[in-house]
Amino acid sequence: MEPKEIFEKVTEKFGGKAVELQGEGFRPAFVVVSPESVREIALFLRDDPAMKFDSLMCLSGVDYKDRFAVTYHLHSLSVGHQIGVKAYLPREAPSLPSVDMVWPAANFQEREAFDLYGIVFEGSWDLRRILLPEDWEGHPLRKDYKYPEFYNGIKV
Amino acid sequence: MSQDPAQSGPGPAASPGSLGPEAHVMVGNADKFINWCRRSSLWYLLFATACCGIELMQAGASRYDLDRFGAVFRATPRQSDLMIVAGTITHKMASRVIRLYEQMPEPKYVISMGSCANTGGPFYKDSYCVVKGVDLLIPVDVYVPGCPPRPEALIDGIIKLQKIIDQKKNFAAKA
Repeated sequence: MEPKEIFEKVTEKFGGKAVELQGEGFRPAFVVVSPESVREIALFLRDDPAMKFDSLMCLSGVDYKDRFAVTYHLHSLSVGHQIGVKAYLPREAPSLPSVDMVWPAANFQEREAFDLYGIVFEGSWDLRRILLPEDWEGHPLRKDYKYPEFYNGIKV
Repeated sequence: MSQDPAQSGPGPAASPGSLGPEAHVMVGNADKFINWCRRSSLWYLLFATACCGIELMQAGASRYDLDRFGAVFRATPRQSDLMIVAGTITHKMASRVIRLYEQMPEPKYVISMGSCANTGGPFYKDSYCVVKGVDLLIPVDVYVPGCPPRPEALIDGIIKLQKIIDQKKNFAAKA
């Protein structure tokens, strides 16, 4: 199924919650959705017989300086099509629903986005830091992150 | 110096106080003997944190065969004399490095293998998570440069460490 058809199906079902289609210059094309509706749209994309997006290939956090985004790269093993889903988040207190009950593989990648960007995934069953130590301060991949001078008495 | 039993000839045992005809006596320097023992059985801890570990495995395998220098790998720090830090050390790993080093029995030696363990290597600039040299955490005897060093370089490092051990004075008065 082409991205345009997927976007039309999603708008048909969810109306204004699907904001736009980023098709030109994006591979795969991205359906931009409002952050609070990520989980229900994810469930629809997974369970609809025409979509069947059964595989979450990649979940990433992005820092655009004025705002954050979370992107989901989806692939359907049975149908063989791909689509991206993107949700823009405000700079202050970014949070959106977790999709780890839709695709269990999302958990580690959500933890990584939380660890390095500080994006909170509400309803996740295990949202902890995954790469950095538990007592690390700040989220290093943010553009405005300042490196600490010492960590545990060792120069950074 | 060994005493050849044939020279003392057959016959009854020598008088009490002297050594018998079967005795083999070797007179030498205790320092040299102890250092020889230590440098000939450098059991190293398997501590591979990054790609240098692949070269460490190569050095231990049959082509380069570290075994011929008496260096065999151990899976526990409690049986190890030598810690070969092969790879990048992150701040999260730092406390574990110190813990493992402290678990090793004395005398213990450390070889820092590769650029990451020496100075932070490619992560020296602009990395928030990599320790800029393992010598910030534990004392290092020999640094082996390279990214990663070939097994020959690691073997050279071990031979250098053996030369360092040969210089040690075990019975000198402590200052």
